[in-house]
Amino acid sequence: MSVPRYWREEVPRYRLLGKVCAGCGAKFFPARPVCTECGSTEFKDHKLAEVGEVVTWTVVRNPPPGFEKYKPYVVALIELEDGMRLLSQVVDVDPEEVQKGMRVEAVFRRVKEDGKAGIIQYGYKFRPVVE
Amino acid sequence: MRKVAVAGVGLVKVSEHWGKPIGTLFADAALQAMKDAGTDDVDGLYVSNMSGALMQEQLNMGALMADAIAKQGLHAVRVEAGSASGGVAFHEAVKAVASGYSDCVLVAGVEKMSDVLPEVVTKSLAMEEEQEYSAYTGVTKPGLSAMLYRLYLGLYAEPSEVGMMAVQSHDNAVGCRHAQYPFRMSIERAMDSPMEADPIHMMECAGVGDGAAAIVLVPADTDGVEVAATTVATDYCSLPMREDPLTLGAVRKAAEKAFKLAAVKPGDVDLVEVQDDFTINGVLSLESLGLVERGKAAKFVAEGGAARDGELPTNTFGGLKARGNPLGATGVYQVAEVALQLRGAAGDHQVEDAKIGLAQNMGGLGSTCAVTILRRLGR
Repeated sequence: MSVPRYWREEVPRYRLLGKVCAGCGAKFFPARPVCTECGSTEFKDHKLAEVGEVVTWTVVRNPPPGFEKYKPYVVALIELEDGMRLLSQVVDVDPEEVQKGMRVEAVFRRVKEDGKAGIIQYGYKFRPVVE
Repeated sequence: MRKVAVAGVGLVKVSEHWGKPIGTLFADAALQAMKDAGTDDVDGLYVSNMSGALMQEQLNMGALMADAIAKQGLHAVRVEAGSASGGVAFHEAVKAVASGYSDCVLVAGVEKMSDVLPEVVTKSLAMEEEQEYSAYTGVTKPGLSAMLYRLYLGLYAEPSEVGMMAVQSHDNAVGCRHAQYPFRMSIERAMDSPMEADPIHMMECAGVGDGAAAIVLVPADTDGVEVAATTVATDYCSLPMREDPLTLGAVRKAAEKAFKLAAVKPGDVDLVEVQDDFTINGVLSLESLGLVERGKAAKFVAEGGAARDGELPTNTFGGLKARGNPLGATGVYQVAEVALQLRGAAGDHQVEDAKIGLAQNMGGLGSTCAVTILRRLGR
């Protein structure tokens, strides 16, 4: 992971910051150059909801390099309370306990390390909401 | 645009070719295809390869492969579209002949996966996905398909039905000389294998192998195997953006256009090769192609509909699961296999009186799809 590539995505990943189209109000995460609904290229920031529920999920048993120490880990498609969807790991839970509709909330976590001397990457993961 | 025909095919057995460099593997298939076509007078080369940049640290593969077959000076280019590289390269090669720019084109896929460790293969597959917000989560290629699998299970089928896709592909591979795993596998073996990405079992995933497949294309005559249609379509690269994740939008679009161009209906298709790199992908592909009704494909396969003597013979040489899945070469294997069927040259794998065959090659989680329809001329 190169420094500029990591730095560029820091704000959206650290704050769950997406975009809302200035033309038609469609919301996106992550940002994209052209609105899929109206073709506009003008956007404003949109803060995503931090609570949502699991739509579908998997348990990754054989991870790509850099994720070994977290295995097995859950990755889910999550629908947030504002209707936005994203992919995220779900942590602080036994993989067998995850269910469709489980309520989850965003947390700030370590995501990956590039070996002993590389960048330590951080960002969002989700964990079950304790009611 | 001219009509285009398949003049020759060459297939290398998918295996672990430890002793062969990638250029030699490529040449084995390319020379076979030119010999089969009865000409080596090609004026264009399309090389399909997905992961050479990572696995062999090799770019500029067009020139490298032209050089390998002693055709320095040839127009040559490498095509990369993830796991759909083979189908997309075939499409580009067909256009070259159809337009009149080229008169005899070689399209050949090659991939050498045994040069790297399994985790590098995992990384390479994840590189087909958008990196900053999809692969960033640590999700793998089977992991993404697994999320669709779970949605499918909630609505339409049991795992032991979806898993039959792999069992069927293995059944069809028995006796196939170019297949990596030409043996039967029981549904119990698949369902008892460890989880790769829940609910996908390891034995529901295509393996890792080296392979090369080649096809020679020329303008069509009145006999032989014609390219009735070849199309490419794309979809959202991010799963969360898709309104209905169980419809593979690129597959649907590419198929609809191909049926229109070829002037055939889904019901006219005599055999099909689909992207069963994971069982669920094969199942969803049959549905999104319009060949089996939504929600019915797992049961269709489990009830024998996809057998070689079934209603819709599917993956007649074993598909990605059993013939093997050398990524960038896979799409070329599929089209070559359909051509063998239509020629009546499929041996023990022959589908009786096959006139129209379809091949579907998909990259990423269906973000790119190439569909090819071949038709037997004359006779």
